Order: sequence, then structure tokens, then C-alpha cells
Amino acid sequence: MTIKEIEDSIVEEFSMFDDWMDKYEYIIELGKNVPLLEEKYKTDDNLISGCQSRVWLGCEIKDDGNLYFCADSDAIITKGIISLLIRAFNGQKPEDIVSADLSFIDAIGLRENLSPTRANGLVSMIKQIKDYALAYSLKK
Amino acid sequence: MFNTIDELRKEFPALAQEFYGKPLVYLDNAATSQKPLSVIELMDRMTRLTNSNVHRAMYRLSDEVTSLYERARDVVVKFINAPGRENIIFTSGTTASINLVARSLADAPCGELSEKYSCVGNRCSVNGKFLGKGDVIVFTGDSHHSNLVPWQLAALRTGAEIEYTRLDKDGCWSITQLDSLLAQIVESGRRVRLVAITHISNVLGIINPVKAAVKVAHKYGALALVDGAQGIVHEKVDVIDFNCDFYAFSAHKIYGQTGVGVLYGKKEILEAMPAFMGGGDMVDRVSYEKTTYAPLPLKFEAGTPNFIGAASLAPALEFAMLLRKDEMALEIERNEKAIKEYLQKEFSGIEGVQWYGNAPLQKRIALYSITVQGCHPADMAQILDKMGIAVRTGLLCAEPVMNHFGVGVNSGSNTPQGMLRVSFAPYNTLAEAEYFITSLKRCIGMLR
Repeated sequence: MTIKEIEDSIVEEFSMFDDWMDKYEYIIELGKNVPLLEEKYKTDDNLISGCQSRVWLGCEIKDDGNLYFCADSDAIITKGIISLLIRAFNGQKPEDIVSADLSFIDAIGLRENLSPTRANGLVSMIKQIKDYALAYSLKK
Repeated sequence: MFNTIDELRKEFPALAQEFYGKPLVYLDNAATSQKPLSVIELMDRMTRLTNSNVHRAMYRLSDEVTSLYERARDVVVKFINAPGRENIIFTSGTTASINLVARSLADAPCGELSEKYSCVGNRCSVNGKFLGKGDVIVFTGDSHHSNLVPWQLAALRTGAEIEYTRLDKDGCWSITQLDSLLAQIVESGRRVRLVAITHISNVLGIINPVKAAVKVAHKYGALALVDGAQGIVHEKVDVIDFNCDFYAFSAHKIYGQTGVGVLYGKKEILEAMPAFMGGGDMVDRVSYEKTTYAPLPLKFEAGTPNFIGAASLAPALEFAMLLRKDEMALEIERNEKAIKEYLQKEFSGIEGVQWYGNAPLQKRIALYSITVQGCHPADMAQILDKMGIAVRTGLLCAEPVMNHFGVGVNSGSNTPQGMLRVSFAPYNTLAEAEYFITSLKRCIGMLR
């Protein structure tokens, strides 16, 4: 599936929820289910510091030429949103990741989480993902 | 007028808002207070009509602005029982007030200040300055960054050293401990030049014994500065009774406009201190070569001040005085006590909740910072926000205090950084505290 198709399916999933409580409960569930990043990968190199919550991000390119991410956060809502981002980006081509507009975050009503004032590390994380993708797409 | 908490709430338009369909429950008062109508009306009038630069011109409008600005100074004098107007310097906030003292003392020559205050036989540093090698600035360990970084900077600039009182397991420091720290410094042949005392900690809500701390500072010949960012809001401040050399506070935490603060200083000390910033309004005579300075307090008020903000201190502090009078004062005290008792009981009843700053009820304000096992403060704040509750989370501008309790930036990757803080104002109700606890429990249930 393309990034856009995955984004659409996420938006559809979220349309089932009537209120923010259900939505947050779902995100928290997602956050709890994300495979934990092993402690050894939680290094300062992989740390993207938000002001209030910490995010760790690792990225590798596999033989298929696509990018694969693993990530973690000490805050569970942040982690849930990260799992959505990883779902959209994992196994995608670097150039597609660079051009993704991520409008789904707005569509599912989580835009406030990307506000720089929330300082939860997500904005920096997306920037970091895009930076990785850009670097790999230039290498090709 | 108001005689009950519910009537008092009507004075604050911001409290009547809703977010996400829920009434706003504003519990971040230690960060900034909401503004009463009297303050809003004054600022509105000054922005619309009574606007011209202060202390400058010979026309009616300018006179009116100047008199509103100077009237605010008179109200500050009364509010903190200062000897007079020359003791009151308007700044941009607590932080600016403390930086003013730190910066000016770093430039100050030893002579006059030392004669009045030096303990060890008036010895001055080799450079002839008030601060230099062998001089020590002491601050209390519960300080927020504003009462810590300016002293570190002053030490860097002058070669002086810094020291601080260690916190015990509850986050307290004691007078005995302060006394022995200062004694130790003096015994080692160094001089204590200044002790910077936090009146009320913004993390723990503990009211410190400032009067006794000032006395100890003076015993060792040091100046005593009190950081009143939180103290001014909750405690009766009497600078003559405290006998402090400086008292610093912000307007915005006590119902006034943001961007304005006060530095109270003893006259003879302010006179001995060199000017900090240069510019208009702080001068006596200026030539291309040399300037002589205006007398106090204008000597420290360079440039066009935030005159509307400063003027707001008059209605703001007059409002605070009404809250401290008669029946209303008793009502507020009853309400605050009920909130403290309720919160402490509830916090202790929720598994995994830890609250900090254990002290007798009358020695703390209704401000509680908590951590919850298995719940990140940022997650809790986000969910509480959706319930209409405004709380503060993070390191609370007091990283050393966070480190002390093991939730600072150096905590392990599985320990969330920071705390969640609720801070109550006189206009917060017990019902709001109850709604907060119910919401907190629900939020913990979601996150665990």
C-alpha cells in the first residue's frame, strides 16, 4: 500500500469514534502495543528531545531499498501516534516519505499534538524521519 | 463586590470559559493568575484613551499616565510595607528584578556596600569589587531557575563562587542548615556576600521562614534577597519586618499584567549599587562624555517602561488587599484549607501517586506537584486538558529540584521526566478540586 492508502485507512478507522475519549483510548492501546525498543537502542544518538516527553527513533534501509523505522517514547499517547506514523512509513521508498504530507493527522483530529507548543517531540520526530528519507533518497 | 468564592469568580471573565464543552478548571495559577475586571478595565482604558509616554511631556494626557504609573508605585509601597517610593523599582518581572541585582552587584565596587555589610573585617576582593575570588553567593536549594541562573552568571563574571542549601527528603531546607552552611563558608576564610531565599517554592508549595533566613544572612554579613514570585501571592509581605535587603516579584502572578515586576531594595543599598541599564529616564545630566544618574527609583528604570502594565499593579494589588480583608480573608482561608486537606487525603489514597513537599498544612499553599507510577505527566496533562482542566507539567523551571526527586533529565529512560502540578488561587473551589481528582482517577485508569 502507498503512504496515502495507509493514511486513508487510518482516517477510516478513526471515523468510528464519536468522542475524544474513545479516540484517546484507542491511541493509548496502540501505544501499549508498539513493540518496545530495546533499552540498548535508547541512546542519546537516537534521542529526539521534546521538552516534556522523550522520543527515540532508529532507521534502517533494507535490501529492497525501502526504509524501516523503530521508535519509542516514554509518553504513551506520543507512542501511539508514533505507531501510526511508523505504520504509514515502514517499508516505503525514501522519496515517497519525503513528499508525504501527513494530512491524516489533521483528519483524525490530532493536529494539536503536532503543535510546537505541545513540545512532545512529535514535530521533531517527523522532521527526523524526513531528514533520514531525504538523505537516503539523495544517496541512491 | 464579593463575599463568597462564587461571587469572587464573577470578577474573572476568563474563568467563565468552556473548552471541549467542559467548564475551564484553571489550576495553573502558579504560572500566572487570571485577571479581575478592575485590572482589565484599567488596561483597556489606558490602551484606548489614557496613552502617552510616561515621565516625559508637559501636557495633560502625559500627566495622567505618569500619575497612574506613580500611583501604582504607591500601592506597592503600601502592599509590602516599604519605607517609601524610592525603594520600589519597576522591572519586567521577578526574573528581571533578580538579574538587576545580580548584574549590578557584579559591577559594584567593594567600598560602600562592604562597609555596611562585610562580615570579615571589611575585606574586599583583590580586584576592589564587591564580588570576586573568595566571595560566595548562596541560594536555597528549592529555587526555580530565576533565582539560580542569575547567580551562576554573576559568579562566572566575577570569579565568586555559588553554594546552596541541600534539600531533605521532603524538599525542605532548615534555618540551622543555612546557618551552618554560612558558618562553614566564613570559617574557610571566604565571605558570604548574598543569600537568595525562595519565599515559596513553585514545585513544593512550602512556605519558607524568610524572616529567620534573612536574620541568618545578616549575621554573616551577607545581603539577603527574597524571591517572592509565589510568596507575594499567598503570604503577607512586610519588607520592614522581614528586614530583607531585596524582595522581587511579578505582577502577572498576582492579578496584574504580564511583563511587569517589582524590585524592592533598601535605599542605602540601591544607592550604593551602580546603574544596570543605561537609557532615557534614568539620567540626571548627560553629555557626550559622561552621565550622572537620576535619583532612585528612576536610576534603575532605563527607557520607556511597560507603563500600562506597571499601572495595572494598582488595581491588582488593591484587589489582593480586598481578598485579605475581614470575612473574605476567612472564607478564602477556610476554602484553601479544605482544598489542601481534601487533596492530600485523595492523593494518598490513589495507588502509585506520590506528592511532594510534605509539611504541616499551615506551612504550605494549595500547590501540589505529583508523579504517578506508570503514567507520564505529559499524557495525563493531555487527557486532563480534554476534560477542561489546565495543569502544568514538565520540569517546572526547576530542574535541580526535579533531579533531587529523581525525575530530572538524567532519570532513566523508563522514568518519565518531570511532575504534574496543580496550583490553586483564591477563586478555585473545592468542587474544582473534586472534579480534578475524579478526572485524574479516570485518566490514570486509561493510561495504566
